[in-house]
Amino acid sequence: MVTAERLLLSGDEAVALAACHAGVALGTGYPGTPSTEILEAFSALGGRAQWAPNEKVALEVALGAAFAAARALVTMKHVGLNVAADPLFTAAYTGVAGGLVLVSADDPGMASSQNEQDNRRYAVAAAVPMLEPADSQEAYDFTRLGFELSERWRIPVLLRMTTRVCHSKTVVRPAPPAPPAAPAHFVRDVPGRVMIPAYARPAHHRLRQKLEEILAWNEAAGPTRLIPGERRLGVVTSGIAAVHVREADPGASVLKLGLTHPLPLEAVRAFAASVERCVVVEEGDPYLFEALRAAGILAEGRPARYRFGELDVARVREILTGAASPGRPVPPGKPPQLCNGCPHRNVFAALRDLGCIVAGDIGCYTLGVLPPFEAMDTCVCMGASLGVGLGLRHALPAAEARRVVSVIGDSTFMHSGLTGLLEMVYNPPATGHLLIVLDNGTTAMTGMQEHPGTGRTLDHRGTGRVRIEALVRAMGIADVRVVDPIQEPGAFQATVADCLDRGGLAVVVARRNCLLAAGKIREYERALTTDDTPGQCDASG
Amino acid sequence: MPADKVTNVIVAGLGGQGVLRAAETVAAVAFAAGLDVKKSEVHGMSQRGGSVMCDVRFGAEVWSPMVPPGEGDFLLVLAPDQVEVNRWRLRAGGTLIAPEAAAGVVLADKRSLNMALLGVFSRHLPFAAEAWTAAIRAQFSEKAAAANAAAFAAGRAAAHA
Repeated sequence: MVTAERLLLSGDEAVALAACHAGVALGTGYPGTPSTEILEAFSALGGRAQWAPNEKVALEVALGAAFAAARALVTMKHVGLNVAADPLFTAAYTGVAGGLVLVSADDPGMASSQNEQDNRRYAVAAAVPMLEPADSQEAYDFTRLGFELSERWRIPVLLRMTTRVCHSKTVVRPAPPAPPAAPAHFVRDVPGRVMIPAYARPAHHRLRQKLEEILAWNEAAGPTRLIPGERRLGVVTSGIAAVHVREADPGASVLKLGLTHPLPLEAVRAFAASVERCVVVEEGDPYLFEALRAAGILAEGRPARYRFGELDVARVREILTGAASPGRPVPPGKPPQLCNGCPHRNVFAALRDLGCIVAGDIGCYTLGVLPPFEAMDTCVCMGASLGVGLGLRHALPAAEARRVVSVIGDSTFMHSGLTGLLEMVYNPPATGHLLIVLDNGTTAMTGMQEHPGTGRTLDHRGTGRVRIEALVRAMGIADVRVVDPIQEPGAFQATVADCLDRGGLAVVVARRNCLLAAGKIREYERALTTDDTPGQCDASG
Repeated sequence: MPADKVTNVIVAGLGGQGVLRAAETVAAVAFAAGLDVKKSEVHGMSQRGGSVMCDVRFGAEVWSPMVPPGEGDFLLVLAPDQVEVNRWRLRAGGTLIAPEAAAGVVLADKRSLNMALLGVFSRHLPFAAEAWTAAIRAQFSEKAAAANAAAFAAGRAAAHA
């Protein structure tokens, strides 16, 4: 185990190292920028890490492990927590036996996301404690602290990171590893774990009681840092915004909050009273600001425009001084595009040439919206291609409805396409529908992670494999075709045209390995043929 | 370079050019020298051939991981068409190291341009050549390390000439 005195780590790597040092028995999650590297690093450090089909399943698996008194880490990007929200809200009621830390990696500025939701709201809504690290050292420290709090109060803890914290490398000095945890074991606790109304009502009271106790601890001994400075300006801040503040006005007094739910409002009130002017500096939603104002603390917020995008030193300086900078126009960089030789290119060329209305989904292939293809008409969230495509088919006049196709990637299909496909079978539009699954053999967008359709685990070893065409047939689609869009671009286009003409329910699997992943996939497959691979199973079996 | 001043380096280019590797090397060298270091990059969709940039800051104590606008001391650019896009990030009097800076360097593999430019850049910083070579060797497999270290040395020699 790494215990070097001084390390240069990304926030993601720091969380992984802390998980190792905290004795985490299981790490699970679904890939999503900027959270993906946590589980990969945890696995590389020797931790047991696995990709789940989606974030909801990941959280449920982690919760089960935590019920068994094992420590569990679950990671996802901010929108992943929307998927995992259902178990989260009730896991707060059941509580846990082993520590459970859930990492939500938010993406202010949307470096690689479809929205910039601020998941600090989830901590309030689900009533779980939340830690907000500002750099890799705090990512390490707060992960360790998260497990301690989780076990002390038997409650899941949210570790809310942001893109800059996840992907910036800063210096970390790790602490000594925790002593080994007690072996996992099952203690029956029916009123604590079975949330029928009769048991859930007292569980809700217990939850609020825990939050009261955590609040008292946070006020007295929480990870709040007071950086004394001049009286003229006091800044209340958290997360990455805190380091921008220190640089933007080194003389200011700063109250940096670490556990931002439940908020230590009395500490903030005392701080605000100690300075001539108190300003809240935070990235994203006015979460701290609203809470302070609701508590009657007279703090200034920021003009509405700073709610959008990331903060940096210049923007924080503007907030603190009230003077907008000269506003230099930033030249646009080169936008990303589908790689030359990418199999998706031929798919979107065909959809463009056929004049399709394309309900798209989340992945590299969302770039099919850009020239020269411009062959995507909607993209909302993971799995939405199915539902949105069906809704379009239901509502549009027949002539237009017949042009609608849903397009989804293989990993996204496993993540949240299955329920949409059930809807397609159960409530078929009068004009039929066509789903195209872009099977490039990997979760390409996030850096080529495995998923249930690849038949390999997070660390690329063999495991059970779910075959898309077998699964689709089993769900009630009779017309299933597999085409390689690189080898047979003409046949691919003809197949799509034929499916649209026939007007039934059809699924076309466009199968060709991602250009960037193909070499690696060949290596993994070669390794597998020489390995004993236990538990090979098949959805068609 | 005064000891308490933070040095701001920006590495820019296109996806696949080795921007992140180059920045990683700068950060590793500064880290090995015992300095406080922060390195920040944009991942994700920018990796699909789009613009990539990476900030490295080092000194006695570094706060923000991002170089503030117009405060770059050094701007290394790996793609000619990314020079103008990023020039605004330099401070007045800051040093631009554009791809032409390695024009005279003969590279066995043009993908080592990032290391050749690092070689040129290394002349501007107070770290020993051995520290750079060690950082490069630590990052690559043995075979790739030799080629990258050679490209670095060629760039460093060209800058001296």
